[in-house]
Amino acid sequence: MRKVYLDYSATTPVKQEVLNEMIPYFTEKFGNPSSLYEIGAEAKEAITKAREQVAQLIGAKPQEVIFTSCGSESDNWALTSTAHWKKAKGNHIITTKIEHHAILHTCKALEKEGYQVTYLGVGPDGRIDLNELEQAITDQTILVSIMMVNNEMGAIQPIKEAAAIAKKHGILFHTDAVQAGGNIPIDVEDLGVDMLSLSAHKIYGPKGIGAMYIRKGVALPSFVHGGAQEMKKRAGTENVPYIVGFGKAAEMARLQLDDHAARLRELRDYFIAQVMEKIPYVDINGGMEHRHPGNVNLAFNFIEGESLLLMLDYYGISISTGSACSSKSLEPSHVLSALGIPVEKIHGSLRFTVGDFTTKEDLDYTVDCLAKIVEKLRMMSPISAEKGWN
Amino acid sequence: MAMYNDKVMDLFMNPKNVGEIENADAIGTYGSPVCGDMMQITLKVEDGVITDAKFKTFGCGSAIASSSMATEMIVGKTLEDALKVTNKDVLDALGGLPGPKIHCSVLSEQAIKAAIYDYATKNGLELEGLKDYDPNADEDDHHGENGDEE
Repeated sequence: MRKVYLDYSATTPVKQEVLNEMIPYFTEKFGNPSSLYEIGAEAKEAITKAREQVAQLIGAKPQEVIFTSCGSESDNWALTSTAHWKKAKGNHIITTKIEHHAILHTCKALEKEGYQVTYLGVGPDGRIDLNELEQAITDQTILVSIMMVNNEMGAIQPIKEAAAIAKKHGILFHTDAVQAGGNIPIDVEDLGVDMLSLSAHKIYGPKGIGAMYIRKGVALPSFVHGGAQEMKKRAGTENVPYIVGFGKAAEMARLQLDDHAARLRELRDYFIAQVMEKIPYVDINGGMEHRHPGNVNLAFNFIEGESLLLMLDYYGISISTGSACSSKSLEPSHVLSALGIPVEKIHGSLRFTVGDFTTKEDLDYTVDCLAKIVEKLRMMSPISAEKGWN
Repeated sequence: MAMYNDKVMDLFMNPKNVGEIENADAIGTYGSPVCGDMMQITLKVEDGVITDAKFKTFGCGSAIASSSMATEMIVGKTLEDALKVTNKDVLDALGGLPGPKIHCSVLSEQAIKAAIYDYATKNGLELEGLKDYDPNADEDDHHGENGDEE
């Protein structure tokens, strides 16, 4: 059976070129970068190279890039350490309602410590209102954290403008750029952000390795304490093969960015057009103007998302849903809720994300299967366009 | 998908008794699309025995599989015996559902009750199994704690 993977925002396969670079660092080049003999030095050089490669992807200086275990660690670090560090100045943090749980759950933990958090809303296009951001700032505000690209519906935030507002008020600015990396251009100098989170496994690198950009001059305290690794900013023996893989993936992402984004956009738009032509009563969640080039989030009215997901899986197609029924929490997507999408439509919403290995044939097959599945589930549903939602 | 056992997956992919009986003797619905699942069941009743049952369900895989199983279980039963079919019976017949999905089997139990209540009301019947039934009872609550990962 055909296998079609349309969940590139969940994770990406490791590219062969990336894996090839990693392999020697598991075996013959296994040295500890802190050791002074040759294989230690070899490993250290490999990290230095990877740091440059990741820095180049985001327009940073190498010494501003710290490797972490994942994007979630970077997010936790930025929020928790800034909060504790700036406690004497204030206790207020501003973020958005549509952040990843690595941000939202860290905020919840900080609220338990007594910090105040403002969660900015978003419009139907998933973007924040800059005036609302400015109005939310108080003399207690110590950090603004806004994700660059949303993982569920792809909205791209006005990070440069938001960071400028924070800077004007002397407030640190962090952005979770895990979904943005390799998919939209990032230049930390131009954006003016103080901290930025990245992850390798969204850009065809390995899982279990992330990075944090910390602008020179921002003395963010350590989060993981111990040895002097990573310029004394993040302890723990470096995960050399994964760092090497992240470096290679970042280099490839940077060199291929324009072609990659254009190809994704073309495939994604083709997919949307085919779905709209062949399946009635489908809505696009979010706006198309400021959106991740490979993301579309569709509401299939009158049916439920987990059923869709299961049947698509039966046909070998992998996608995600915002439906409550497929989540461990049984809560509908907080992102789609924040967009103002009615909950009954969220239950029938699916996220499709195309990537470098997606073909037009994959999408044709998916649309054919979707059309059949949607028809079958609508036959089974007590709700329909004629009967209405009740 | 490894989430459900083979029996549940088979019923989900090939459900029995899907549809709506024309000129049904009873109709019952339970749930709503806002809650994430809704079941409608129509019955044909002859001499106090359910001779046919059909369903339409908006919901996840386990909701559809439970609906199919429940309709199979009540056909041939008297109204009183059908009222004795609990969500536990449906669960057992399905070979179990994952923990967070157990409430989906409640959907079919409640929809069956609603349909039989409809029949009893139309026909002026007093049924022992409906003694404690409240047609306006609240939805089963299914809210948990943890979010999803990505």
